[in-house]
Amino acid sequence: MPTTPSSQNRSESREGTKAPEPADSRDGHTPLLGRRAAKVDRLAELMGRREEGGHGAGVWRTAFDRMRRSPMAITGAVIVAVFVVVALFSPVIAPYEPVAQTWGDEVFPNRSVFVGPRAENWLGLDNLGRDQFSRMVIGARQTLLVGVVATLVGFGVGALLGGAAGAAAVLGGRWGRQVDNLVMRVIDMMLALPTLLLAVTVAALVGPSLTTVMIAVGVAQVPIFARLLRGAMLSQGSRDYVLAARALGVRKHRIALVHILPNSLGPVIVQSTLTLATAIIDAAALSYLGLGNPDPAFPEWGTMLADAQRFLSSAPQLAVYPALAIIVTALGFTLLGEAMREALDPKLRK
Amino acid sequence: MSSSTPLLAVDELSVVFGGHGSDEVRAVDGVSFTLEEGRVTGLVGESGCGKSVTSLALMGLLPDRGVRVGGSAVMQVPGGTADLLKLSQRRMRDLRGSQMAMIFQDPLSSLNPVVPIGRQVTEILRRHRGMRGSAAAKEAAELLDRVGIPDPERRLREYPHQLSGGMRQRALIAMAVACRPRVMIADEPTTALDVTIQAQILELLKNLVTEEGTALLMITHDLGVVAGLCDDINVLYAGRAVEKAPRAPLFAQPTHPYTVGLLGSIPRLDAPRGEPLTPIRGSINDNIAWTRGCAFAPRCDHYTMECLQGPPDLVAVGAAAGVEGGGGSTGAAAEHVHRCVNPVRGADTADRSAPESPAAVGEDEEAQG
Repeated sequence: MPTTPSSQNRSESREGTKAPEPADSRDGHTPLLGRRAAKVDRLAELMGRREEGGHGAGVWRTAFDRMRRSPMAITGAVIVAVFVVVALFSPVIAPYEPVAQTWGDEVFPNRSVFVGPRAENWLGLDNLGRDQFSRMVIGARQTLLVGVVATLVGFGVGALLGGAAGAAAVLGGRWGRQVDNLVMRVIDMMLALPTLLLAVTVAALVGPSLTTVMIAVGVAQVPIFARLLRGAMLSQGSRDYVLAARALGVRKHRIALVHILPNSLGPVIVQSTLTLATAIIDAAALSYLGLGNPDPAFPEWGTMLADAQRFLSSAPQLAVYPALAIIVTALGFTLLGEAMREALDPKLRK
Repeated sequence: MSSSTPLLAVDELSVVFGGHGSDEVRAVDGVSFTLEEGRVTGLVGESGCGKSVTSLALMGLLPDRGVRVGGSAVMQVPGGTADLLKLSQRRMRDLRGSQMAMIFQDPLSSLNPVVPIGRQVTEILRRHRGMRGSAAAKEAAELLDRVGIPDPERRLREYPHQLSGGMRQRALIAMAVACRPRVMIADEPTTALDVTIQAQILELLKNLVTEEGTALLMITHDLGVVAGLCDDINVLYAGRAVEKAPRAPLFAQPTHPYTVGLLGSIPRLDAPRGEPLTPIRGSINDNIAWTRGCAFAPRCDHYTMECLQGPPDLVAVGAAAGVEGGGGSTGAAAEHVHRCVNPVRGADTADRSAPESPAAVGEDEEAQG
């Protein structure tokens, strides 16, 4: 089994930093016995750790072990890693300026003359004679920015609403249940609207810009996060440790923040990976609909797709590249998120 | 506080679940007992007889919807007395943890899995004693040391899953005694532990009671635990006390058929090999309403038609007419009461008096004294 040695290695490396301390503190009285006791303790701990897997930090560790063996997770992680690296270092990677119409005299869209892939332009030229590869690379950065910011917006607002509703429902008594009811009905209304429609509405209200896209896509994710966190908090709220904390007189806000919230964040974190994929697709869709950033200096995959539509019959490759990029990136995030969800869900474990 | 007034006097406590549309369930129906400093009171009975609900009601931890709590539970608190069942939520929250604490059955699920032990202990110190930072950490280490956790400084940094079952329960006890509560409720504290750890935990609880003068309410279904620890015992059935007595008379001369049945269903090490256990037949669901007669009658080997003529009262043992076997217990008669019209008496129970649960080994001689 590949996992057993690896988990041992990790525990040993931890031991290297931790073990000397208890040994030292005991050396004073009974060196031999102390060292042996420490060794036995350590062994018991290692055994316990391997058997456990059902609680606390162990959940994430076993999930990680599981994910390292899953081809789905590896594929997703590789795609995501490549995408993130390209997006972060896009100015370095892009060989040309994305807006420079350097080869403008070689492309004649009116006469259906386009330039395909060649040595200096790996993906050919677009309809204005700009380097398609550079535009794709710079576009990755925009996509990542939109995806991350939109997810953060959705996560932040959604977690705030859902967390407040969940905490109120679990600990607030009759009053809290009413607060929870009110918040959740609003969330339900948001959930009833199709995501894209909601995003289009927001974008149409505020006017086309990159910020609009980010807010619109983020708002569309709010109800999902809110419901998820509230549900997780409700299920945690009936756990014994919450009762135990109440039995010790711990204040309600501390129970909510210190006890219930950290235990409820797992599914929300997984969901944010999946949301990144949706956010990227939604952002591309909004840009495609003309609600994205109109500034050509910041190419975006959705905008590029929309621009390429006019030349679909003569130069389909102009549409294929951004479309493929969107699909593959979204696939990467989805694969990673799904693998993570599967690894964390005890029901799906084999 | 004079020793004559009990620390906590529970009088006619009743808890009713349900209401709108659904049938009402009387989970606890007029239970009375007292807790005194330095004494252990036991609540005994099988699952579903209302033990845990009693404890949650006293702690004010029952859900606020669909539950009606009646009776009174007067406790001596700093600056007078207070009825726990009528206090405001805020006041209860201040009392919980500082004046009264509770130990739960499953030590793993009662600890927050993602928070280190140290933080969970210092949280209590901070909440009720206002301690912070290094002072709280030092006190927490002392607490862990006091409940017998070796190397407390290291344990404080660890998570619940890194501790053994016994150590987790010790940590929970440390949290419960952090503010030296005057009343402690232990709800089956040893059920999830193996027998050797069980004995250690019981020893620890006993020491805490004798050293601190805490009143302990011990809730258990394990008569071995009762024999080893409890001073006064209340046997509950279907929400009512069916027999209450100090430890010695209860084990020496159980009178209620339910108590006799419980004692009889304990496996004994010295029993001949292959001999079947004698269980109480049926289950707790096979009862009748207390208003119509003795709830235990359908499962009772001793019942007569008289048992079904309305609810039996709690009467002193020996008060009923024609007592032959209970003659020796005249001194204890006032303390030994039961709710039965046709009690068991005589020699057929004498050989069942001492349960042989390993947790009680070494404590039995005290039971006689």
